[in-house]
Amino acid sequence: MASKKTPSLNTSSTADIAFLLLCYFLMTTTMDQHTGLQRRLPPMPDKNQKIENQKVNRRNIIIVKINSADRLFAGNEALDISLLKDKVKEFMTNPNNDPSMPEKEMTDIQGFGQYPVSKGVISLQNDRGTSYQAYISVQNELVKAINELRDQFALQHFGKTFLKLSDDQQTIVKKAIPQNISEAEPKNVANQ
Amino acid sequence: MANFSRSGKKELPAITSSSLSDIVFMFLFFFMVTTQLRKTENKVQVNLPEASEIAKLERKDLASYIYIGEPIRTLQAQYGTDARIQLNDSFKTVTDIRDFIAAERESMSEADRQFMTVSIRADRNTHMGKISDVKQELRRCSALKIMYSARKPSE
Repeated sequence: MASKKTPSLNTSSTADIAFLLLCYFLMTTTMDQHTGLQRRLPPMPDKNQKIENQKVNRRNIIIVKINSADRLFAGNEALDISLLKDKVKEFMTNPNNDPSMPEKEMTDIQGFGQYPVSKGVISLQNDRGTSYQAYISVQNELVKAINELRDQFALQHFGKTFLKLSDDQQTIVKKAIPQNISEAEPKNVANQ
Repeated sequence: MANFSRSGKKELPAITSSSLSDIVFMFLFFFMVTTQLRKTENKVQVNLPEASEIAKLERKDLASYIYIGEPIRTLQAQYGTDARIQLNDSFKTVTDIRDFIAAERESMSEADRQFMTVSIRADRNTHMGKISDVKQELRRCSALKIMYSARKPSE
């Protein structure tokens, strides 16, 4: 048995050192989450195939316009943004098979079967003077409409909300309710 | 205090502070893991627009950022208050986007290039004209996967 004790190390300064490092990371850290609305831009049109693409049936398109004063037009009427979601939902589902609303095409979805998929396309047009916030709000409403339709479909057929489905099921839902938002070529709506 | 001086012979046992450093280290590791060192210095003010249907960016390392907004206060005397585009560390014009995208592509591995996302971080008051120009340029560079940065509306 050693009678001499080894002197214990003085560890009180480790805390200080750690604090210094902590302060450094606290200052440099950015905790902002990178969130947003994801989109896929259409590729630049090929000169050769331009004419074919142009021909989309009139009834399958809803044109949503935002003018330079951030006012909204959907279809052919001025609309408040709070009503846009329901209008788009009605347009995409076409519950009464109205001839002025988009047609549906029986499509065979792998792993699910036949489902009448709407051919509706939402065409979003904006003016150069539109504010970004207004544009994002409209985009947001459009996405919300689609998301609600997908949730509805998912609940009806799988008994769960869209986000809780497995990847395969999500793909099925995405095929059944496509998100066709066309951002078109920029135009000066005011000058049209 | 009078209490202690009366029983002068008994010494107060020192509080062990050895666990203090452990606690601080734990904090430290938390911040080290969550931290993301700021790559660029902001030269434009970006007050992101609000949207409720936002999704998270899956691969942060594959994102390139385009900042659009007014120059920050200290630079306004020099650059004015018109919305400007910031790429990396400096003000650029729409035509520079092509080089920027090419450089970003180059820095990614071959397999990851197709997943590259361009995140447009624009101020909410920017006019769409500027953003349309950027979008058109991105289409020309075939950087088609984009994300409009937005944040959750504050309640």
